[in-house]
Amino acid sequence: MDVTVLLFAAHRDLAGSDNTVVSLPEDSTVGALLEALRCRGGGWASLPERAAVAVNRRYANGATVLTEGDEVALIPPVAGG
Amino acid sequence: MIWSDVTSDPIDTAGLLGRVGDPEDGAVALFLGIVRNHNDARPVAGMDYEGYAEMAREQLAAIVAEAAVRAGSDRIAAVHRLGTLGVGEVSVAIAASTPHRAEAFDAARYVIEEIKKRLPVWKREHYLDRGAEWLEGRVPAAQCANVSR
Repeated sequence: MDVTVLLFAAHRDLAGSDNTVVSLPEDSTVGALLEALRCRGGGWASLPERAAVAVNRRYANGATVLTEGDEVALIPPVAGG
Repeated sequence: MIWSDVTSDPIDTAGLLGRVGDPEDGAVALFLGIVRNHNDARPVAGMDYEGYAEMAREQLAAIVAEAAVRAGSDRIAAVHRLGTLGVGEVSVAIAASTPHRAEAFDAARYVIEEIKKRLPVWKREHYLDRGAEWLEGRVPAAQCANVSR
């Protein structure tokens, strides 16, 4: 299955891209997705192992199971206000 | 009315105040977040606010709704700005209208503190001397239910 990953702020600077599509086995978790991204090497390897993540615009966690077409966003530490 | 937005347009604070208020309310609190001219003694020229806009809108709407329940008032409005802001510009504005002052202050405080904890917004500070840096932020709490949507 394919999931779209959005990257923001410092994460985008590390990855050199603001979005990417990742192909994963069915029923993969957010944790597996992060591992797949980090295994790309280069700047991707510098992404945090336990980044905060949103799935379809809601905060999730490493055990959250993904579904084809999900919109996943890595959320760097937030600094609004 | 309960109202919120995340926008790249300049914030109209008078317009925001116009969204709250009621003949039964004796208190309106207005909180403004402003881009300041220094950080840790380093002169600041301005700030880029980047956001995950769709999610930030949903989160801010949820925060304002929570504040309304806590305050027992449906007269709470908040707006957060994105984009490049200069020193002195308003980055966030919160207006809360309630019968008495304690609830109005409390509601405005609740909204800004929750924004700091969970609104997916990031800021990159531009310095007068040179360079720019993403500011340290807070790690949002993971949502613990094991659900995908």
